[in-house]
Amino acid sequence: MQGTVESQETRGVIDHHHEHPDFRVLGLLVFLISESLMFGGLFAAYLLLRGLNEQWPPEGTEVELLVPTINTIILISSSFVIHYGDVAIKKDDVQGMRKWYWITAAMGLVFLAGQVYEYLNLGYGLRTNIFSNCFYVMTGFHGLHVLIGVLLILGVLWRSRRPGHYSAHQHTGVAMAEIYWHFVDVIWIILFTLLYILTRF
Amino acid sequence: MAQAQLPLDTPLSLPEHPKAWKWYDYFTFNVDHKVIGIQYLVTAFIFYLIGGLMAVAMRTELATANSDFIDPNLYNAFLTNHGTIMIFLWIVPAAIGGFGNYLVPLMVGARDMAFPRLNALAFWLNPPAGALLLASFLFGGAQAGWTSYPPLSTITATTAQSMWILAIVLVGTSSIMGSVNFIVTIWKMKVPSMRWDQLPLFCWATLATSLLALVSTPVLAAGLILLLFDINFGTSFFKPDAGGNVVIYQHLFWFYSHPAVYLMILPIFGIMSEVIPIHARKPIFGYWAIAYSSLAICCVGLFVWVHHMFTSGTPPWMRMFFTISTLIVAVPTGVKIFSWVATLWGGKIRLNSAMLFAIGLLSMFVLGGLSGVTLGTAPVDIHVHDTYYVVAHFHYVLFGGSVFGLYAGIYHWFPKMTGRLLNEPLGIAHFVLTLVGTNLTFLPMHELGLKGMPRRVAMYDPQFEPINVICTIGAFVLAFSVIPFLINVIWSWNKGKVAGDNPWGGLSLEWTTSSPPLIENWEVLPVVTKGPYDFGGIVHRPVMDEDDDEDE
Repeated sequence: MQGTVESQETRGVIDHHHEHPDFRVLGLLVFLISESLMFGGLFAAYLLLRGLNEQWPPEGTEVELLVPTINTIILISSSFVIHYGDVAIKKDDVQGMRKWYWITAAMGLVFLAGQVYEYLNLGYGLRTNIFSNCFYVMTGFHGLHVLIGVLLILGVLWRSRRPGHYSAHQHTGVAMAEIYWHFVDVIWIILFTLLYILTRF
Repeated sequence: MAQAQLPLDTPLSLPEHPKAWKWYDYFTFNVDHKVIGIQYLVTAFIFYLIGGLMAVAMRTELATANSDFIDPNLYNAFLTNHGTIMIFLWIVPAAIGGFGNYLVPLMVGARDMAFPRLNALAFWLNPPAGALLLASFLFGGAQAGWTSYPPLSTITATTAQSMWILAIVLVGTSSIMGSVNFIVTIWKMKVPSMRWDQLPLFCWATLATSLLALVSTPVLAAGLILLLFDINFGTSFFKPDAGGNVVIYQHLFWFYSHPAVYLMILPIFGIMSEVIPIHARKPIFGYWAIAYSSLAICCVGLFVWVHHMFTSGTPPWMRMFFTISTLIVAVPTGVKIFSWVATLWGGKIRLNSAMLFAIGLLSMFVLGGLSGVTLGTAPVDIHVHDTYYVVAHFHYVLFGGSVFGLYAGIYHWFPKMTGRLLNEPLGIAHFVLTLVGTNLTFLPMHELGLKGMPRRVAMYDPQFEPINVICTIGAFVLAFSVIPFLINVIWSWNKGKVAGDNPWGGLSLEWTTSSPPLIENWEVLPVVTKGPYDFGGIVHRPVMDEDDDEDE
């Protein structure tokens, strides 16, 4: 593969790399199994509580739909946006990747702002009743994950300032941020179904 | 690139490594899996001693029927933290963190774990968790038992209870990080020459354990987060007066905490599958049966948790289902036990300390397993629920099983870790004291439980006093049994007989490197030519003392 003169040294480097392989993407996927089970535990607790209570949600703690629906659309679209970033980096287009990742981060922040706006305008708080307990803990916990996702994306953007840090062949960080973002998105779809759609319809 | 500067006559272009770590490296954020393994083992053992002292204090209190030695609240705090420390800071980190980290890369022929820095981080979450638990005594100590069922946990010693929750979330995070690391390492980092049927059974066990920890730990975390909110932020997830439900906590808790039993015993089964064939000088009986039974326990073990809740208003169909699933777990466990017995059968057994502990485990664990089967059936369980019968059962499993296995592992791999053999007479004294102490402490508890003595209480009906005195004497024997072990380890580490690379004539890859192994484990990665248990047949003559062992 390499020229014969430098072959021994080069092979040393390659072997060394081979013996310390990079499995970060696989590691993240395995970790996300664990994360899903954490949300799974919350979902299970929520469904049990729902089944055990006569009226769900109790009077006066109905959810609002407009802002969360807009938020949902933003978050789902952002999954497509971030994928364009991934497509760009695979074509070695770092600037394109940066553009799409900036847009994704901004969409994530808009989502979080919408969530805060929703909290402030709901008229009931964490302690109001068992439904509001669930509502705030679950959406808050998800919001925390969105925040982590945004921070990951900003980390990618920070690192990509240096030319050559990411390329078509080396962009594990970019891929990991994207995978995590999709995960957060999927969890939101389940949450939105459980907390909003199935309590209103 | 850096290699370009090397002189031309450098034989290999591998980078130069220092040959060994210094003592102070063990107190740093070191990413070498062997350092992390030792860090786990030593830290865990310190917590074992702390948890053991709590147990001795409790047994001293229980020597008489009245509360006369320690304050009942302190008794509750000891009770809670004894269980918590022994599970979360001794057995789990020692078995998976300690032996897993030390052995898995060596056994699969890797230079390190897949994610070394994550690995170091996982270890360094443990000391703060332990410190939190110990510091919680300043606030009275958590009172609600290691299960921390609400409402008890939401109304007693709430500050200490919150610290307890944070400590468990920390070790849980550590455990998840470790699991990710093990799964990827075993899955992807075997040396290319190793087939799946040449993977040592300890690695299969670690893989099963990691899968189990990966899916069950986060559910406990979810439950504990809700509990934390209930205690501190005025929610009512587990408060029935405001629409909550306490049984939901029990489900979330046991969904983790029953598999936690397998987290504590599966790696030990792995240790058994290494120790027994090597010291019986025979190929393991039923390699695939043992490997698959680990995975079977991992799968079935996720669906048995309600057998802890037969008295929590569980509907009959659920009792039926979970009784059956619980009894099914006994099958893969039995497969392992019989495979080990068959391995021993006709072997050329070396009765050294490691093997003594392994055989001790076999007998103790069978007792624990049998009482487990009786407890798993709903009718018996409802009768003896929350009595000393349960205490007797799980101590036979966790002490007679897990702790014996950890000791077997320490005697077996200490030469690899330190380069020196442990002293045999001291080891045998340790074994005899431990075996006698275990049975003296825990066997009479079966009778106490069947007669109806409730667990978790500092005061009891005076009619139980004579049997309790026996248990307390046993507890003191157990406490003293640690002394020869400690002397042995400290003395042998410095002055013990030099072991050589392969003192037991093992065939798995960890015996192909030096003792203690080099940093990065091998100069050149080994090539697997035969399975880890291919003893006999073609005579294998490892470099070892002549006085011992002729392979048949």
